[in-house]
Amino acid sequence: MERSMTRRAFLKKSMAATGLTIAVSVTPFGFKLLNASGKGQIEGFEPSAWFEITPDNRISITIGPSEMGQGTHTSLAMVIADELEADWSLVKVHQGEARKAFINPILHSQLAVASASVRGFYAPLRKVGAAGRAVLVKAAAATWKVPEKDCEAINGLVRLKKGNQSLTYGELCLKAAKLPLPKDPRLKKESEFRYMGKFIPRLDIPPKVSGKAVYGIDFKVPDMLFAVLDRPPAYGAKPISFDQKAAEAVKGVKKVFPIPQGVVVCAESLDAAWKGRDALHVKWDKGALPEMDNAYIEKSLMADLDKPGSIAENKGDAKKALLGAAKKVNATYFVPFVAHANMEPMNCTAHVRKDGCDIWAPTQGQTVPQMIASKITGLPIEKIAVHTTYMGTGLGRRAAPDFIIEALIIGKVLGKPVKVIWTREEDMKHDLYRAAMSHRIEAGLDDRGRLTAWSHKAVAGSIMKDINPKGIKNGVDIMSLWGLLDFPNSIENRISYDIPNFLVHFLISDLPIPVAPWRSVQNGPNAFVIESFMDELAHAAGKDPLDFRLEALKTNKRATRVLEAVAGIADWGKSLPKGQGRGIAQHACFGSYLAQVADVTVNEKDGTFKVDRVFAAVDCGPAVNPFNIKTQIEGAIVMALSTVLREEVMFSNGGVKSANFDDYNPIRITEIPDIEVHIVKNNDKIGGIGEPGVPPLAPAVGNAIFNATGARLRRIPMTPERVLEALKA
Amino acid sequence: MISLSVNGKDYQVNAPGDTPLLWVLREELGLTGTKYGCGIGECGSCTVHVNGKAERSCSVSLSDVKGKKITTIEGLPEDHPVKKAWTQEQVVQCGYCQPGVMMQLASLLDEGPNPEAEKIIDAMDDVICRCGTYARMKRGIKTAIQTMRKEGK
Repeated sequence: MERSMTRRAFLKKSMAATGLTIAVSVTPFGFKLLNASGKGQIEGFEPSAWFEITPDNRISITIGPSEMGQGTHTSLAMVIADELEADWSLVKVHQGEARKAFINPILHSQLAVASASVRGFYAPLRKVGAAGRAVLVKAAAATWKVPEKDCEAINGLVRLKKGNQSLTYGELCLKAAKLPLPKDPRLKKESEFRYMGKFIPRLDIPPKVSGKAVYGIDFKVPDMLFAVLDRPPAYGAKPISFDQKAAEAVKGVKKVFPIPQGVVVCAESLDAAWKGRDALHVKWDKGALPEMDNAYIEKSLMADLDKPGSIAENKGDAKKALLGAAKKVNATYFVPFVAHANMEPMNCTAHVRKDGCDIWAPTQGQTVPQMIASKITGLPIEKIAVHTTYMGTGLGRRAAPDFIIEALIIGKVLGKPVKVIWTREEDMKHDLYRAAMSHRIEAGLDDRGRLTAWSHKAVAGSIMKDINPKGIKNGVDIMSLWGLLDFPNSIENRISYDIPNFLVHFLISDLPIPVAPWRSVQNGPNAFVIESFMDELAHAAGKDPLDFRLEALKTNKRATRVLEAVAGIADWGKSLPKGQGRGIAQHACFGSYLAQVADVTVNEKDGTFKVDRVFAAVDCGPAVNPFNIKTQIEGAIVMALSTVLREEVMFSNGGVKSANFDDYNPIRITEIPDIEVHIVKNNDKIGGIGEPGVPPLAPAVGNAIFNATGARLRRIPMTPERVLEALKA
Repeated sequence: MISLSVNGKDYQVNAPGDTPLLWVLREELGLTGTKYGCGIGECGSCTVHVNGKAERSCSVSLSDVKGKKITTIEGLPEDHPVKKAWTQEQVVQCGYCQPGVMMQLASLLDEGPNPEAEKIIDAMDDVICRCGTYARMKRGIKTAIQTMRKEGK
């Protein structure tokens, strides 16, 4: 990725008529293509993405969504370059600035979340590439005075079919720039794809391997100050006193002041800022809930299960069906708070001036920070520039604007560029966690062991109260229920099974712990519960867990196909040595279908286990970048396994006790299983790929432990103590 | 003023002796390839070579490295078997931890002749990658070893 090009630089460049610039705009009515060559800003036209071909035969592609390791920049460039029939070696990708035009058509915001970047931009970017190919061919035909059908675009050239004449895109671009674009350019057939579906090395690897890639924390502006905060140790805690004079006396400290987020120390260097903070000696009050610790949290969430809650879905008559069921099964599950623990701690550089504002941040979102900055600074939106850097993972955490807001507040006070850096401890203690959840389910089977009724109650803190409060209807936070239910206009995060009598209750927990999306959002916790419980039901029905699921999926073809595929590659049904077990699980989210089989070896003496192998089958529709699909799923499996093994945020005295990687210890290289990912070919609707690998893993492992030992784990992390306890149960 | 040698270049640094080397590299010398991850030596993102041995730069101070030879990711040659393997095997996702991971691996591979992949992998269990690229790292480790053998290093 090149340093992002500003709007002005882009327009200036295209004003200079340097080549062919084609842009696409996604409107509610479809895609609008535009030949923007040499035209500068066109009234009312906001391109969502564009590429530019210059006479020096270079192709630069500008893309809106952030690159946080998920491979989007490469995958989206592959889509354009393929339809354009460009020479990949000449392609450069730029991160786009914050622009209305980069708004993702699925999300209605410029935001890299919900595994939505490729699935949101796949269709428009194919069009923009195809339009480019069409005018380049037309320009060549005009040059040679031959019909267009005698010319073909091949790998960055237009060639005369008979004879050996050819022109490069660079040579053709000025001529092509003067041509009107076809309204509906012909898209390639799959057999014509040059890049999509093939192995293409990631564009961001060379700068990342050399050490030259610039992340948010690396960014520098001349005359920049550094700011650090002393933050409240407990939720709701307020400073009683702090030693402002002592902090100001530290060499290099420029300014000390309180803001709602904490006490700020600004200094000429990071070292001075930290030393100033040490000198503050802030005394904090006890906060909102000083008695809160992990036991309190678990008790509170479990007690909430006995409260009425709101009905989130009521299909058929679950109560009646349960009364009439031949067999009833019930269980209670719990999932704790887990941290994002992004490798790069939160940070943001901001420069608030009277005439404008610049934000340089490792951010998953651009639209929201731009709007917030406009409010904080009082400047119009177009005076707010959001420059997105590389980021040391995003995982959903960087979709929240909290770390940008405080930099803007501080920047406004200083009137100078300022970089706010969080320490690992601040990042761990002031994360917006994956919501802890308690669940109680009762389900009924008929006399042939078929699933007929499902009554479910779930409790969690609200994710939407900060990001979409109006979306909370009747006390139901649908994002907390993703995996079970989805918004009324979507089924992509809905339970895959067709259950005739289906009742879901939800209650928002009032614990003061902030929560946010965490890779796959609550699909992760909810799939753990649903797919572990499906295993309990299969056992109660006396059926094979695979057969029981296939039966309950009924007409869900895509979920059926991935389950059958994973059973095939894993050789489901083969016998295993004593002490070993295997479990299966499936889950669909963000438009993609995943099934996994996990093989485990359990030591029944000490309760430890090792996940030996994980097989995964995925159907994400058109597989734009198969290597990236595989590595994203590998990564998701590893991260999910980390939450199965030991991740759990610890709380005490009304705040967070976990502080660093010594007491919050993610999975290591020696703990990972062999992973085999199989892509189920399908040209159905395109799905996302960054997150859907997470949800099936925890239940597949829990089901494997059950298969090996008969012990049912209804809580993660599955620590040796919990495994021993389950063995005794 | 404390003198140190980084990537073959001599520097005079005007910073307190107790400043962690990590922040000297990043803030004083502008070598931001070395990353801050935890500050307590737990994650490995800040790993550099001090006189050829892997050290967590967050946990050694400027005065500890006075007069010593330091190599950072920027100083590891672009054709080093580890960098080549990381590119060939496409190990990297977000990339933040990888400079430290590569530096630790480069040092381990230097420790003796004929490194064994399994032993090296075991010795890499003190680095953290939140993207979960470990499966690709394992391939990268094997490829780096093969390249070293081929190149007779």
